Amino acid sequence: MSSTATAQQTKWWNGGRSPFNLEYGKLMMWYFLMSDAFTFGAFLISYGTIRFSQNFWPDPNVVFNAFPGTGHTNLPLAFVSLMTFILIASSVTMVLAVHEGHRSNRAGVMKWMLWTILGGIAFLSCQAWEWHHLITGEHGVFVDGKIELASQTMGGNPWGRHVDPAVVQQALTVSSHETLVHLAHEYPKEGTTVALDALEKMPNDQLTGIINLEHAHIREKGPIAFGGYFFGITGFHGFHVFSGVIINIIMLTMTAKGVFDRRGHYLMIEKAGLYWHFVDLVWVFVFLCFYLV
Amino acid sequence: MEHQAIASEVTFHHHVPGSENVRRIIKTFWLLSIITIIELGMGFTIYFIHKNPDFSHGLVLGIKGAIVILSLAKAFYIVSIFMHLGDEIRNMIMTIVVPLMLFIWFIAAFLWDGNSYKNLRNNYDKHFQERTTEKKGGH
Repeated sequence: MSSTATAQQTKWWNGGRSPFNLEYGKLMMWYFLMSDAFTFGAFLISYGTIRFSQNFWPDPNVVFNAFPGTGHTNLPLAFVSLMTFILIASSVTMVLAVHEGHRSNRAGVMKWMLWTILGGIAFLSCQAWEWHHLITGEHGVFVDGKIELASQTMGGNPWGRHVDPAVVQQALTVSSHETLVHLAHEYPKEGTTVALDALEKMPNDQLTGIINLEHAHIREKGPIAFGGYFFGITGFHGFHVFSGVIINIIMLTMTAKGVFDRRGHYLMIEKAGLYWHFVDLVWVFVFLCFYLV
Repeated sequence: MEHQAIASEVTFHHHVPGSENVRRIIKTFWLLSIITIIELGMGFTIYFIHKNPDFSHGLVLGIKGAIVILSLAKAFYIVSIFMHLGDEIRNMIMTIVVPLMLFIWFIAAFLWDGNSYKNLRNNYDKHFQERTTEKKGGH
């Protein structure tokens, strides 16, 4: 702050100047973000209401424990930590782009915008993998006295209450051949890795002997609302990231064409930056509500 | 360097000197990273506490409360430093922050409502309670 600031501070409301000392578009971006905060807030609070109304809610450490290329190794929170750091890093590159914009340094703005766009794309790719893993990864679920296969979708999920091992043993004897083949293939006991086509020819009781129940973690069905809230809210956030990447690409193109140099200011980069930081801000709370608590 | 008038609404520029601004950004980055690592550490602590069948619910609730406070700290740093809201004029800050105060009621009222619904159901629908409560020793 320079001395001009203090000289003018007392006369903000005397007319002739904007009392907020902010360009119109930037102020409106702030008000848009405030309204968007209420949209996200309402979604997350609705999730909280439903969660508080349930006796049982899935443990995030159980749901989010996979990492690309590591199979069934139990790595709770590892992948989402990576996603969080990608987003924090891309927020830093964005604020550095805004900083270079203040100095009207076109090359600097382009360099940092490019890194921000790459960060956004990396985050979206991570989210695509995570969703794919949750939607296609089938787990054994205890339903009506037998074991069925289910993945996490809008209609249900396999993250319910833990089932007693003795009950699971009993349920396996009445479960379908297909289910047993899947479980024996995905969760074999030490040293009993058998090819899939050989497993398909095995009788049910032999398959049951191969399944490692310690690893298969058979549970009941979880609260139905869990899937809808997870995909709805992380999807809405992902959509914001996606539109942020598109906006940043447009800003990068405009910078490259010298549009902002001709205008004499890089205010558009600041406005895109506000939106991008907001996306990071929302992730702080999505991360909190779905993965940490 | 003399700034040209970039918009008629802007009377003065409040730029922190270049090198100091970058230092502040990098400092905030480390702060956010460290808070995130602490949060993850607490998340893992909950994971290991859950392994014990007779874990203390009060302790888990306390850790979760601490994580919420750390998240609010992260939000403050992102908005204040990265979004430069802390550098704006006080009147402008207030037009953003004061409406957000609605969240205090919003969160309290709706979580209270969800909790109340659960208690009523557990009281009057014993089948619901029996069907959905985690059995002792399970996990």
